[in-house]
Amino acid sequence: MKHRDAVIIGAGPAGLAAAVEIAKAGGQVTLLDENNKPGGQLFKQIHKFFGSSEHLAGTRGYNIGLQLLENTKALGVEVILDAPVHGIYHDRVVSFSHKGKEQSIDAQKIILATGASENTLAFPGSTLPGVMGAGAAQTMINVHQVLPGKKILMVGSGNVGLIVTYQLLQAGANVLALIEAAPQIGGYGVHAAKIRRAGVPILISHTIKEVWGNDEVEGALVTQIDKNWQPVPHTEKSFDIDTICIAVGLSPLTELAWLAGCRFTYIPRLGGHIPIHNSDMETTVPGIYVAGDITGVEEASSAMEEGRLAGIACAQALGLYDAKRALILKDQVWDRLNALRTGPFGEGRRQAKEELLNVL
Amino acid sequence: MRIVNHPILGKDTDSQWVTINVDGKILQAKKGEPIAAALLAAGIRKFRITAKEGNPRGIFCGIGRCTDCIMTVNGQPNIRTCITLVEEGMVIENQQGLGKWSDSK
Repeated sequence: MKHRDAVIIGAGPAGLAAAVEIAKAGGQVTLLDENNKPGGQLFKQIHKFFGSSEHLAGTRGYNIGLQLLENTKALGVEVILDAPVHGIYHDRVVSFSHKGKEQSIDAQKIILATGASENTLAFPGSTLPGVMGAGAAQTMINVHQVLPGKKILMVGSGNVGLIVTYQLLQAGANVLALIEAAPQIGGYGVHAAKIRRAGVPILISHTIKEVWGNDEVEGALVTQIDKNWQPVPHTEKSFDIDTICIAVGLSPLTELAWLAGCRFTYIPRLGGHIPIHNSDMETTVPGIYVAGDITGVEEASSAMEEGRLAGIACAQALGLYDAKRALILKDQVWDRLNALRTGPFGEGRRQAKEELLNVL
Repeated sequence: MRIVNHPILGKDTDSQWVTINVDGKILQAKKGEPIAAALLAAGIRKFRITAKEGNPRGIFCGIGRCTDCIMTVNGQPNIRTCITLVEEGMVIENQQGLGKWSDSK
């Protein structure tokens, strides 16, 4: 069996950043991903990132992805794609299938960076072809350059809903409206303003009543809701659409952490059940770390910082950094993470993350 | 529908093409794209019929998690079309219920 200093599961922003940190410290790293390409969801982010220059603000997501891939390559990180992991054992042996064969790696440290998947929403007609995750539509337009439909209704005004609406317009689709059940817009005002300027109405306190169509989406009925989330009579509007994009949040992909025996806590603000971890990102199972959306849904910038944190902590635990050097590096990451978790949107996340760290 | 000229991604010029067979229809697909993208590009959105109620299903998550987009590919049922890449000569069928295994692979 192959022995490695660290095995990282998930080659998205968190996993790639973690791999770079361990390799930079001199560790031997293998990065596993079930997909046939690395980068996770970074390559569909064609917009410029926010934050400061330290967070690569102003750089488009896919360019950040390319940069990370170059770094991993230059540092000799082994990347195995098409490699779904199906077992993590007590002695930290990681099992996966690859090219039709079962393989195992004996890892000193494991980092779970499996990300998150989109939530769905139930309504009459929600299973019709044409109802899809906003992230799925984003993959289709920005990675494969294929339009999932022409006349679209977006559900959910978080940043995913807002950004994907704008990107659907860039791709040439017509977005008839964006609806939001809450009485206010969930994402950044700057994104909302952009789509409003482009002529897309944002209907707050509105939800889907039903969707109809013969084999595919052909229309939707939308209704206003009151502060108790009940439909307001005579406020129904029908939309002539062929596609509905659902952007109602994400849930951490935690199966491997459950499998490994990590202890969990439940924090709705972070997306549900989250593996408990300390400030080094180490879970309740010694030697198993977490980073990115698996520790609570945020965005790619914070996922990369958490990856770096987990990577530095692993490098320290492997004896590649002394305590003093590791502390300096970790403090730098924490400063950047805290900077990302400020403002009206970041503050809630910062508090939720603090709650998570305080579970231990 | 394919996006031919994207304001940020630019023109898609250097694609190579393969031929796939979808329910007896011959389609051109872009080399390296998943089956689901090729089908959406051709305006096909109904990928299968559910076993119990006979309801249509298409793509939902696009990242291989939800299994809504499964089809029968080269005689093998339950293939996740959003993460399975097209190949020259691939035979793709709308899947009825749980699908059937064919002898030829």
